[in-house]
This record gives sequence, structure tokens and C-alpha cells, in this order.
Amino acid sequence: MSEEKEIKVKVGTKSRTIHVDYLARVEGEGSLYIRTNQNKVEELTLKIFEPPRFFEALLRGRSHTDAPDITSRICGICPVAYQMSAVCALEEGLGINIPEYIHQLRRLLYCGEWIESHTLHIFMLHAPDFLHYADMVQMSKEHPDIVNMGLRIKKAGNEIIKNLGGRQIHPINVKVGGFYKIPSEKELTSLIPILTEALRMCKQSMYWINTLTFPNFDRSYEYVSIYNDNEYPISRGRIVSSSGLNITAGEFLSHFEEQQVHYSTALHCMMKGKGAYLVGPMARYNLCRDKLSTSTLQLLDEIQFEKACTNPFRSIIIRMAEVYYAIEEAIRIISTFKDYSMSPSIEYKIKEMTCHAVTEAPRGLLFHKYQINSDGNITNANIIPPTSQNQRTIENDLYKIASDDKSLSDDQLRYKCEVAIRNYDPCISCSAHFLNLERKKM
Amino acid sequence: MNKLSIINKQLPKLAVFKFASCDGCQLTLLDCEDEILQLAKIVEIAHFPEATKTHIEGPYDITLIEGSITTEHDKALIQQIRASSKKLITIGACANAGGIQALKNFANIDSYKEIVYARPEYISTLATSTPISDHVHVDFELQGCPINKEQLLEVINSFVLEKVPCIKSHSVCIECKMKNNVCVSVAHGKPCLGPVTHAGCGAICPSYNRGCYGCYGPKETPDPSALTSWWEKHLNTRKETIKGLLSNFNCAAEAFKKTWKKYDE
Repeated sequence: MSEEKEIKVKVGTKSRTIHVDYLARVEGEGSLYIRTNQNKVEELTLKIFEPPRFFEALLRGRSHTDAPDITSRICGICPVAYQMSAVCALEEGLGINIPEYIHQLRRLLYCGEWIESHTLHIFMLHAPDFLHYADMVQMSKEHPDIVNMGLRIKKAGNEIIKNLGGRQIHPINVKVGGFYKIPSEKELTSLIPILTEALRMCKQSMYWINTLTFPNFDRSYEYVSIYNDNEYPISRGRIVSSSGLNITAGEFLSHFEEQQVHYSTALHCMMKGKGAYLVGPMARYNLCRDKLSTSTLQLLDEIQFEKACTNPFRSIIIRMAEVYYAIEEAIRIISTFKDYSMSPSIEYKIKEMTCHAVTEAPRGLLFHKYQINSDGNITNANIIPPTSQNQRTIENDLYKIASDDKSLSDDQLRYKCEVAIRNYDPCISCSAHFLNLERKKM
Repeated sequence: MNKLSIINKQLPKLAVFKFASCDGCQLTLLDCEDEILQLAKIVEIAHFPEATKTHIEGPYDITLIEGSITTEHDKALIQQIRASSKKLITIGACANAGGIQALKNFANIDSYKEIVYARPEYISTLATSTPISDHVHVDFELQGCPINKEQLLEVINSFVLEKVPCIKSHSVCIECKMKNNVCVSVAHGKPCLGPVTHAGCGAICPSYNRGCYGCYGPKETPDPSALTSWWEKHLNTRKETIKGLLSNFNCAAEAFKKTWKKYDE
């Protein structure tokens, strides 16, 4: 070994190891390890060491009615997504037809989560990267107006969830069949001024984000998202991909499979025959751009944003556009909602069944599958969160960065890799069932 | 005077550590949209990886712990954190009672691993999910799944000012009465854990026409058995429903555990 090493030095080659043992500004615990030799990446692992919590196992034997409240505890940042995938799956299996007014209120609640979660990521976790600040508090000293706008927009999203869901984190109002309570007209319409102000701030924030400098990066991806003819996808529609996949949630497991890797407590989900794929804002934008509202598209045209985005470093712009869209959508739903006196939920009968659903969590496709017995108890559960699905794609991005950017110092490479990981807003708590950068010098 | 003393003194160092959890309780700090920039003026955020790349070595004046202990690695880490913390505060049901993942304490861990992972041998985890107080001395426990934002700010503020936090230890039932809610149990026959659950949420569930499901954990000196017997007698509540209600986010909290175990056949 030492002889071999000597030879390498003689021919002037370089080998190095980059190691980040605790990734900052991501949700949950993970690390990154990269070992390069002669500028070739020999080993790269995005390691998730978030301790497993065995949700699929602990759901067994419990009432199906527990699913929305328990699965929301998988993630404190996107609990609404978990509640929605759970109830959509169970309602599909139980044959419950959710009336349009309940669907609209759920879309409103989900918009609240998109606004809150995306804004947290844009202003608190990702924007500081492009300006080389350690965090939002440091950024606020030189960009107080921007940070304040971010906080106000975030709060607007949280206000929706609090109003309709009872509280921001792990809301309590969602149940199989509908809601426990429909808010009053006064309660819902009180959100309009806050949302109108947030929409204005969103536009200003977009102009600011557009002034940031993003690294050049391009790769070809397989995008996967929900598609719906009538609306930008949140919870209704079929699963589509850039290579032409078009399936129902029930067919998901025939086309995708989870693989376990020895270095991670998160399972990697792959598309059968295709391998790694990408879910989340970039996938939704590239597959469903035409479903965004006219004013969102006008805003994107105004900043001359590309019609197809293949640079994940620029996904922060798409997140901002989705926030703009979600605020507009929330205002639309509240302004047109009339059914305050309707029943908050639909009665149903229990039956033995297997059910599936996908919804669009802020980070991308969230798949739930349940099997229920004739007593209404869960006999089997399978949950595939977005970060599991994006993990291999993140590794592939890092592989390209570590192979292509030979002139970067160890520190620069480490920094760029960390930013590249944050491009995906990885949610590690979700995926453990995630990060540390190691670039090892041989 | 007080202000001056804070300015002249070095700011107390705040650290946030995470164990097995959903991140919701530490997110509560980032959800303080109106207060977070102010907070950064009264404490020095020395370690909070979810929010900042900055890492300042301990010792820390105030340490917030989220999550439960589920691995050998974490069992050792909590000892180190305690040793470098002047005051250690646990936040949320995971850190205080083991969380929903403590359901595995009552099951076979190997079968759990097999249900979730194809290669269970890659997964190293303890058979139990335990609260932080099982491992080290805890100076204050803030209950809730998730914790309440105002209560968190009160606790941090109090530790900065070296005073006792004003956190009421009465029940959700009292909060509910103070909100003038109609009782969901008495009037609508719904089992509600309000009488035995720690206050702090603001009686959200009964305010949304549902029974409390105990996510804030047991209140001071609760008697869940008396409550569940009443449910059985007057509401005809099924045993499975009672077990389900008490065996969720605080399933391993002593008072709740003792009661749901009775309904576990």
C-alpha cells in the first residue's frame, strides 16, 4: 500500500478525502464522505444516521383512524403532507367520496405547509449559502429587510395551518372522512390581509433571489411528480415522469422499489429500469409548469427564468414561485369558499382493504400504502418519503461536482457539496427509515 | 439596570441537540417568527445545526434536548452533553417520555427491524426508546408533542434571567373550562384525556370538537384509571379505544403506561 502511494506521488497525482460529519441547516442527522484518487471519485456516500423510529412497524395493530396523527410525527416540518397522504389513501380504500368543499379546505391547509416549509428553507437554510453566511441571524444583520420579509411570509403560511389545523406543528383537525371542524367565515377570511401582504413580499423576495449568483450545473434528470389537468399538483392526479410514465398511486410499487444500503438508515427508492430520479419543486415545475397561475408565470417571465430548469442550485427560485402560487391559491380558496355550514366530515363503513395514495409534500412525492382488516385496524403500512426518493440523485449530483470541479480546494469542495445537498431541502427525519462530508486523503 | 447587566455580561450560550425525533420541537424555535431575531440578542446560539453552521464549543449555559435515546452512540453522547451543560432542558414528548417510538419498548425489536428493513443486520439500535431523564439529570422538562411556542420562550427567558419558568402544571381540562368550551365528553360522549393531560396546548382538540389525545403527557398527579373507568361506564368506550388513546406519543410515561397496560390483552 505504501509503495503504491509513493508511486502516485511520483507521477504527481492527487488523492483526497472530504468528510462532513454533521450536515448543518438540514432537517435531521446526516454526513457526507467523498474519497477521490487521481481526480476520480472512488467512494461517495451520503450517510443518514438519524436513528430509525420504525413507524411502519408501530402502526401495525392500531386503528386506521390513528394513521394521520401518528404519521404526522414522522416529520415536524411537513406534518400536513403525512396527514394528507394518510387520509387520501384510507379514503380511497374505504370508498369515501370527499366532497369538493372538504377537498378545497385540505388544499388550503396544504398550501399553508408549502408556504411555511418552502419559506423556512429559502430564507433560513438555503439563501445564506449563496451569500456565505452561517445562518439567517447573521444574514439579518446585512439584509434585515429580506429576512423580515421571509419571516412574515413564513408566518402567513403558519397562520393558515394554525387557523384550519389548530396548531402549526402536528395539526389536529384532519381526520379520515374530512375534518373535525370547519372554521367560521370570520376565522378564515381574517387570513386574507396577512396573505395579501405576504404575496406582495413574495414578489419582492423573488426579485432579490434573482440577484443571487448560482453555480453553473447541468445534469439530465428523470423527474417524477403528480400531474393533474386542472391544477398545479398537490394531492389529486396521476404519477407522471419525464420519460413518459403515467400511473396511479396503486401502481407505484410496480414501478419503484426501495433498496437498503449498508451506510444509511434511510432506504433508497429507485425507479425500476431507470434508477435514480428526482422529486420535488424542480420535478413539479418541469412537468407541470403550464398549470401554474398566469401571475406566477408572469413573475417568472419578468425575471427571465428558464422554462425548463435543470440546475438544482436554481431550485430556490422555483420554491419561491411555488410560495407565490400557494399564497394566491390560498386567497382564491378562502375568497370563493361558501360551505361553512356543511358537515365537516363524511360517514363511512369499515371494510377490509388495501389502499394507496401519493400527495406532493413540499419536498416531493410522498407515498403511503395501508392494509386494513375488517375491524379497521392496520395490518401493514408502507411509507416512502421524498428524501428517500431523492437520495441517490443527490449522491449523483455530488459525484459530478467532486469529479468535475478539480480546481476546488478541500474547503471549497466541501462547501459546494453542502450547498448541493441543501438544493434538495433534504428532510432526514422523514427518510430514516439522512448527512456527514468525508473526502479521505489516501 | 437589568438591561445593562445583560449588555455588560457575555450572552449565555444556547445549544440545541437532537436525538430520535421528528424535529418539530426544535422547529418551534424557528417558528418564533416574531421573536427569533430578538432571542438571538439575549442568547448566543452556540450550537443549533438545523439552523446554523456556526458551532461554538461548550460548556453551554442552556442546552435544549429534543428526542429520545435509542442507540448506544446516543446513550454515550447524552452523558457528554450533560457534562458540558450548566442547565439541561428537555423539550417534547420524545425527550420527556420516549415518544411514539417508545412503543417498541413493548414489542419485539427484531420483528420491528424486519418490518421496515430488508437487511436488519445493518441497523444498530437499542431495544428501547428512553427519556433523557433515564440517563442524566434534567433541570427542566417542557412537555408537549409538539411543545408550545410561548411556553418555550418563557422557559428560555426564565433560564436566562435565572428564575423559575411559569409553566402551569394543571390539566388541559382547566384550560378548556377557561375557554368556555362545551365539554366534549359530557355533552357529546367523546372520550377526552383533558382531565389527566398536562396543560400548555390551549385545549386545541376540544376547541375543534374532538377529545384530547394526550399529546402533552400526564399532568401533575393524574389518575387516568378513574377517567377510563368513567368512560367505560358512561360512554361505553371500547377497551381498544382506551388503549389506543393512552398508548401514543406518551405511551411510556408512567401514569399513561400503567393505565393502558390494564387494557392490553
